[in-house]
Amino acid sequence: MKFDTPATTNPIDRLKVIGQPHDRIDGPLKTTGTAHYAYERHDAVPNHVYGYIVPATIAKGRVVNIDTATARRAPGVLAIVTAKEAGPLTKGQYNTAKLLGGPEVQHYHQALAVVVAETFEEARAAAGLVRVDYARSPGAFDLAAAKGRAVKPEDGQPDTAVGDFAGAFASAPVTLDAMYTTPDQSHAMMEPHATIAAWEGDKLTLWTANQMIHWGKGDVAKTLGLPPDNVRLVSPYIGGGFGGKLFVRADAILAALGAKAAGRPVAVALPRPVMFNNTTHRPATIQRIRIGATPDGKITAIGHESWSGDLPGGGPETAVQQTRLLYAGANRMTATRLATLDLPEGNAMRAPGEASGLMALEIAMDEMAEKLKLDPVDFRVRNDTQEDPEKPGRRFSQRNFVQCMRKGAEQFGWSKRSATPGKMRDGAWLVGMGVASAFRNNLVMKSGARVRLGTDGRATVETDMTDIGTGSYTIIAQTAAEMLGLPLSQVSVVLGDSSFPVSSGSGGQWGGNSSTAGVYAACVKLREAIAGALGMDAASAVFDDGKVSAGGRSVPIAEAAKSGEIVAEDSMEYGDLEKTFQQSTFGAHFVEVAVHAATGEIRVRRMLAVCAAGRILNPKSARSQVIGAMTMGVGAALMEDLYVDKRLGFFVNHDLAGYEVPVHADIPHQEVIFLDEADPVSSPMKAKGVGELGLCGVAAAIANAVYNATGVRVRDYPVTLDKLLDRLPTV
Amino acid sequence: MKPFTYEKASSPAQAATAVARERGAKFIAGGTNLLDLMKIEVEAPPHLVDINGLGLDAIAPTDEGGLRVGALVRNTDLAADARIRRDYGLLTRALVAGASGQLRNKATTAGNLLQRTRCPYFYDTHQACNKRLPGSGCAALGGFSRSHAIVGVSNACIAVHPSDMAVAMRALDAAVETVKPDGTTRRIPIADFYKLPGSTPHVENVLAAAELITAVTLPKPVGGTHVYHKVRDRASYAFALVSVAAVLQPDGSGRVALGGVAPMPWRVEAAEANLPKGAKAVTSSLLAGARTTPQNAMKVALVERTLGAVIADAGA
Repeated sequence: MKFDTPATTNPIDRLKVIGQPHDRIDGPLKTTGTAHYAYERHDAVPNHVYGYIVPATIAKGRVVNIDTATARRAPGVLAIVTAKEAGPLTKGQYNTAKLLGGPEVQHYHQALAVVVAETFEEARAAAGLVRVDYARSPGAFDLAAAKGRAVKPEDGQPDTAVGDFAGAFASAPVTLDAMYTTPDQSHAMMEPHATIAAWEGDKLTLWTANQMIHWGKGDVAKTLGLPPDNVRLVSPYIGGGFGGKLFVRADAILAALGAKAAGRPVAVALPRPVMFNNTTHRPATIQRIRIGATPDGKITAIGHESWSGDLPGGGPETAVQQTRLLYAGANRMTATRLATLDLPEGNAMRAPGEASGLMALEIAMDEMAEKLKLDPVDFRVRNDTQEDPEKPGRRFSQRNFVQCMRKGAEQFGWSKRSATPGKMRDGAWLVGMGVASAFRNNLVMKSGARVRLGTDGRATVETDMTDIGTGSYTIIAQTAAEMLGLPLSQVSVVLGDSSFPVSSGSGGQWGGNSSTAGVYAACVKLREAIAGALGMDAASAVFDDGKVSAGGRSVPIAEAAKSGEIVAEDSMEYGDLEKTFQQSTFGAHFVEVAVHAATGEIRVRRMLAVCAAGRILNPKSARSQVIGAMTMGVGAALMEDLYVDKRLGFFVNHDLAGYEVPVHADIPHQEVIFLDEADPVSSPMKAKGVGELGLCGVAAAIANAVYNATGVRVRDYPVTLDKLLDRLPTV
Repeated sequence: MKPFTYEKASSPAQAATAVARERGAKFIAGGTNLLDLMKIEVEAPPHLVDINGLGLDAIAPTDEGGLRVGALVRNTDLAADARIRRDYGLLTRALVAGASGQLRNKATTAGNLLQRTRCPYFYDTHQACNKRLPGSGCAALGGFSRSHAIVGVSNACIAVHPSDMAVAMRALDAAVETVKPDGTTRRIPIADFYKLPGSTPHVENVLAAAELITAVTLPKPVGGTHVYHKVRDRASYAFALVSVAAVLQPDGSGRVALGGVAPMPWRVEAAEANLPKGAKAVTSSLLAGARTTPQNAMKVALVERTLGAVIADAGA
């Protein structure tokens, strides 16, 4: 099915199942420990053995010698695979560095070998016996130092320009020109990367944790030199991804190589202390923002430049993205530059681009509002635009940004905020409020599904879509139930298997809308087949309450399948609506913080997100997405920071004790409001993404609240007490 | 993790004898720190002697009017004990500021005193660390040092002692009771228990090889207002950037010990005479001779400001 004109009324609009706050259908499995994650698929592969990786312990250089002799003699060892044993491997399309290094070492903790043994303990112990001698090479590990050598990246649009930015900025009555930095961040999801691999002849099956099954299948095949049809990925449950599992990682490739060498199925999980340097991370940025405005707060010039680094062949953090679309202003520029760094591979982490970009832009907007003596909500409202500022006439499909700001301000009690910083006090604590805009584009991806109507009248949906903790199972079941007029309990959903139709996968907050639109397409086909089987006119048939009705007849849907199950498969593809419409999601984050006047300890007291993100398919799971994202924003604002050892070239705090993410005690009452929207430009679902929107802007709202509490402006994340201490009131 | 053998001890002296028998053998109690370190091969004892069955889990009055806390009293039980809460509130407050509920259920009084540092270079077996591998150097000097020590450090090590409980014990003048393999016992005032790194940062305390802690004693209660203020980036489940343990008396006198600033719980009794003059005066004697890095230099101001808040809290 092709979606190339805005949606009209369709069965989803009934909102009998869609739009209802159904509990997650996979919830009981997860809370009872019966949803089996990749590393626990003993049911699927009963006799597997274990692989343990040997990571590189230099940042850059060459392996001079790997001595595996002692390890090979260790108890239980079945095989050891290094680059030498593996033979030539091709790098995956979505990988920057090789997943099995050697002799060249490209980054710290790049895998150099896998040791396979009968038990996990034997594999781990033997891995500790592998001796690697290196020749180190000098590397570049310091973004600030490499910034001057940064170049225009090859892909994307490194430079954008509209009007005369330089002239408009120079002549603007009120201006801001400031630098901001964001640190490297780690996904730090709960489930480590893990895979069990099994070969049957030259056919490989991987039970793995992967957000994008189709990409993964292709890259496993490419890396190992197999025909794609010989590779099957199974990934029904994923314990968090945040972009860290968009791509095939070392666990999958080393499990496959280890299984081949040992002649047995092999399970490999990345140990937590290895994940931070072995896998991908959100790259640090240095950002410069310039804003010029008239005295009444109309932006006349807005410029955003961003520098980040990556390994050779890698890409930039596109932190300027939102600045092209978020605010009005006739004269604009953005520039993205990429430096070569020999740190581990940078790549997507939840809301890549906008998450980092808004951390800077939304502090800048706060600073600018203060210069203009305008309320920060009012300043943002004054610079709303209903059309793409770079392409006048190209309208946003929907943009209720101002409504988000106004609604949030009212709900949060924004009017109680003191415009002058440092004026609100609660005992030993300085109290402040902050606001930031939330913005993230709505991407749509082709997505397919197969839907079966069984002889018992139950429907089963099959698609390679994944559920990374987001609620995919539930919204897909809701979609099929709505389309077929069935109760939710009559729908089963099977996900994450590459033998199913190719879906959008989970990433870039496109999965919710795109995957359900694919299910919609398959259900449209199934409805036609059902109507045909019942001798009814498909166009006028009504599917409701377990029955199909048309032309005065009404029969149970199961009747259609009484002589055999009916199967339909289709996918939703997208035309060129983006030429006419810009599709984005909007929101406003409001935060209240307290800062201890003596110690500078920062604690978030209240948070509110107002989101305008199209139709909300399930308000309960959508709210969970947003509060999870807000929690991630607290981490980004106050603690998350991969500390780079610039001499040795690695992230030093590479475990969950050193890399701090929020704990329950850090998270206060969180409130989420969804504006009542349906965007017919997005898909027949009229939904958009929301899982990343919830993160975008949160950290800046917190930084702005800290400023409002203390009068101390911090432009370098995370906002920690040492950056406040010398400017707090004297004790 | 390297393979190891395991036995259950039958008495404290037998446990000490068993550990003495094999070079590198270790006692294991709660295991909340040791097992983690074994998994990543920072610790690789060939033999473990499990002391969990030895009793040593009572909190009993002493003849001197204090309390004797068995080595195996779990952190949760110690923090919740009514006598501790009433007379040694500082200890309860320090305990509950540390770790998580699950860890405190498992962690023991003696084990808490013997926690290893959380320096990330100590944890990464491929980096130089004189504490883990004597003579290999100190990667933290010139590297990541925001959480590291500013007093009591040496050119060989700037690691910080991570315990909260030990800071309270130091302020309360606790003493450590031990038994050696030959059955002899001794009592070590906590002021004498820890050793500064000097050129041997792998030696962290005065315990002899195979010497087993059997109890920690608390002297009779000293009254006063007990405050433990732990400062950290995250609200819970994080080690201190700095912590201040204070027992303050109505006449303005008192005791102060610090966590997060030194390779041991840090107390300078002479500095306490300055308490009536305020936080600045106390801090300048407490942290005299501080050696900071650009990343942890803020700890000096942070101690002074936190102590100021503690004094204000106690007076409020």
